[in-house]
Amino acid sequence: MKYLLHVTTLQYSSDKCAGCGRCAEVCPRGVFEMRDKRAMIMDRDLCMECGACAKNCDFSALSVKAGVGCAAAIITGLLTGSEPTCGCGDRAASNCC
Amino acid sequence: MRAAQTLKFIKKEVPPYVSGTMSTTAGSVFRISSDWSRADYWGAIKSRLGAFRMNYPVSPGLYAAGEPTMGSDVVVSANYKLSFDILRRELKGLNVWCAAGKGTFSTDELISRMSATKLGEVVDHRRIIVPQLGAVGVNAAEVQKRTGFRVFFGPVLAKDLPSYIEAGYTKTKEMSTIRFPMMERIILTPMEINPAMKKFPWFACGVLFVFGLQPSGILFKSALSGGMPFLALGLTSVLAGAFLTPVLLPFVPFRSFAVKGWIIGVLSMLAVMPLFGPSVQGEILLLVASWLFFPAMSSYIALQFTGSTNFTGMSGVKKELKIGIPLYVSLAGISLVFLMVYKIREWGML
Repeated sequence: MKYLLHVTTLQYSSDKCAGCGRCAEVCPRGVFEMRDKRAMIMDRDLCMECGACAKNCDFSALSVKAGVGCAAAIITGLLTGSEPTCGCGDRAASNCC
Repeated sequence: MRAAQTLKFIKKEVPPYVSGTMSTTAGSVFRISSDWSRADYWGAIKSRLGAFRMNYPVSPGLYAAGEPTMGSDVVVSANYKLSFDILRRELKGLNVWCAAGKGTFSTDELISRMSATKLGEVVDHRRIIVPQLGAVGVNAAEVQKRTGFRVFFGPVLAKDLPSYIEAGYTKTKEMSTIRFPMMERIILTPMEINPAMKKFPWFACGVLFVFGLQPSGILFKSALSGGMPFLALGLTSVLAGAFLTPVLLPFVPFRSFAVKGWIIGVLSMLAVMPLFGPSVQGEILLLVASWLFFPAMSSYIALQFTGSTNFTGMSGVKKELKIGIPLYVSLAGISLVFLMVYKIREWGML
């Protein structure tokens, strides 16, 4: 299943890619494939901005504004003026999974 | 006497999934059973139904499954008991992901757990398998730099772990790609219906009030006879947005969840409308108000499902909300105006 087209904030500069393959290893949407020791974006619109690739790219070849794709979280974020997050609300709660 | 008391105390503290202990070079660790008890099944069901979902932790630590040796693989999970249960069953999830997204499953957390359990002393190799979806919060290079352990991001699903390890820590594209089959979508719907139904009493009160309001006071009889069709339409919209849209997701045209929910809302209304007599069908004002309001309600509820899917991104949802929220507010406002005009006419003031 694919969500809206041309909205992802995923940016990739292939000249910085060292070919480690971490992005292809971590992306759960199959956005990347390794070709000739370099990552290639197969389909940008599959990206859901989870941020795993950018987090694990040691060569700053990838950037993405990671966030939750969750309407309730975004609405709450808009109302409270904070960044949208999902979860327990009170993050200090020790029993938060 | 004191020994017996201590024993009792320990027994109380040991969770039911622990089947014993085993000693390692770094002290004793709990041995876990790979079978689910009745309590585990019940917990899994409860976690799908309500707020309990957010509060189902397991104590972090090192647990032994089967007969591990120093060369055994180390598999990391989150402290969400549902993830932990699925993992231990497969050694004979999804919630690592949420924890990683929230920052509770992170590089620092992993490193501190590794040192707290003295993992380096327990095993003689330097590899650790982290769930792939944990990569949102874990930077593999930093873990290696600070602990010496090389992080292998395993498969998305715990059930693929055996074949992943057998294949020498390599995975196929299938193993590393998330899917969203109908069964998984159905499992998630109670947590869509529940929050929607929590707000339903307010909607019901509003409807009954408006229809019961007469120049002579609030009449219970007209509240029920006039309001019932609208309560039924409200329930239909909840069902359309919180159940039918998620279940039929890939079969409903358009990518936007708001549009999908609206379409299913319209179709559900078409199915339900013939049940109502002339009290709704004959009143053009009420008819217009319902056709404007209820599909929009279903659309809004369907949009909430973006939080449960595994393929919607923040930019996309923001775009939907930017267009959607003003639309929802104006549609609700316009249908309220139609309803008011209807009431005024009913009272013979027009």
